[in-house]
Amino acid sequence: MALTGVLRPGHVAIRVLEMAPALKHYKDILGLTEMGRDASDRVYLKAWDEHDHHSVVLREADEAGMDYMGWKVDSPATLKKLAADIERSGLATDTQWIPAGEHLHTGERFRFTVPTGHVMELYAEKDYVGNNCGTDGPNVNPDPWPDGLKGISPSRFDHCLLYGDDLDGTVKLFTEVLGFSLAEKVMTKADPDFMIGAFLTCSNKAHDVAFIRQPVKGKFHHASFELGSWEKVLHASDILSRTKTRIDIGPTRHGITRGETVYFFDPSGNRNEVFSGGYIHYPDKPAITWYDETLGPAIFYHDRELNEAFLSVFT
Amino acid sequence: MPQHRITIVHTGEEFGCDEEDNVLHAASDQLRRKDIPIGCCNGGCGVCKVRVTAGRYVTRKMSRAVCGQEEEASGCVLACKLYPRSDLTIEVVGKMVRAIVARRSTAFSFDFRATVQVVNPDKET
Ligand code: FES
Ligand SMILES: [Fe+2]
Repeated sequence: MALTGVLRPGHVAIRVLEMAPALKHYKDILGLTEMGRDASDRVYLKAWDEHDHHSVVLREADEAGMDYMGWKVDSPATLKKLAADIERSGLATDTQWIPAGEHLHTGERFRFTVPTGHVMELYAEKDYVGNNCGTDGPNVNPDPWPDGLKGISPSRFDHCLLYGDDLDGTVKLFTEVLGFSLAEKVMTKADPDFMIGAFLTCSNKAHDVAFIRQPVKGKFHHASFELGSWEKVLHASDILSRTKTRIDIGPTRHGITRGETVYFFDPSGNRNEVFSGGYIHYPDKPAITWYDETLGPAIFYHDRELNEAFLSVFT
Repeated sequence: MPQHRITIVHTGEEFGCDEEDNVLHAASDQLRRKDIPIGCCNGGCGVCKVRVTAGRYVTRKMSRAVCGQEEEASGCVLACKLYPRSDLTIEVVGKMVRAIVARRSTAFSFDFRATVQVVNPDKET
């Protein structure tokens, strides 16, 4: 099976309370690169190994949280097809086309709201800027990483974890319309058909997006960025401590996805994660099941206990 | 730098807080028990919400999603964005109460079954 259709999470748009401290956090501490600002003062950033123009968009607002998450699809034809499929499914609301150029260096986007209240977008085109590793032109005889990395410097924006109420509807939309697989799920022991957590992938990753059922609409738990190793997660935690960035939990391991992780907060209270590891997912891999009674080790494998903050702290 | 006394109404707990320090940080520094639940510490999540019943204070920018304008007008503020200008009396509100109860009973409820939207910044008490 080749990777087609929805390729990956391409961007996340995050609301911040004040731009200056947010930029200090996302650029100097997390180590993303600023790629541009638009007429409405949104700031566009990317991680070093991403080839497209941007993956994080910050907007100053009165509320923290996530505006939307964008997904890159393999072609303009796929974009049109999936947009029609979404309309036909009746599972999404507030569908609309956002014209090309509304995001810097980005083609038209199809925007829709999923049953958990999160705004999602599909797009096919974003300008290529490369990862700056080539020694003899872009992608020719590349070095393994570029010069001038700053802070934690993850390789890419990887996934989000989101909270919302109609989990079943959102899972149906992602699996049946957008072609995602359910890599892992959390069910209740009392009612084994009742899902409380869904870890969905459109690729070979253990997850590209995850949802947890909570009685809210459109809430944001974290945006996560990839690091190459457990040692880098430890190093990231050192950077967070020395910059007095508020660490939520970790470094530790998730039972779900097996990822090694540290959670921390941006200056507006939005949670970030950097992680490494996990496994390779193939579409024929059976879904992993967890039950609510083992949610502790599922989320934090070493503590084996969910902290209060995991469920009540979100933006 | 002037230091002010902060009193938490329903536990009677007292601690000092500089004008340059936020109440959540001062509380977590000085109180043995975590009387004010600690979330993002950055004005976004709302778990540290308190109502100031007496005293003068200033705040820094708080997310309107967890502390609405009306709410703020009624004295509800986020402790992590609360800077005293006199002695303060505060009471715990919102998710904070839930957290204190949760610590007593060790298990906290998950609420996974609810499907209604309960986060309503202007009405949450
Ligand atoms: S701890 Fe999150 S708003 Fe104060
Ligand atoms: Fe994550």
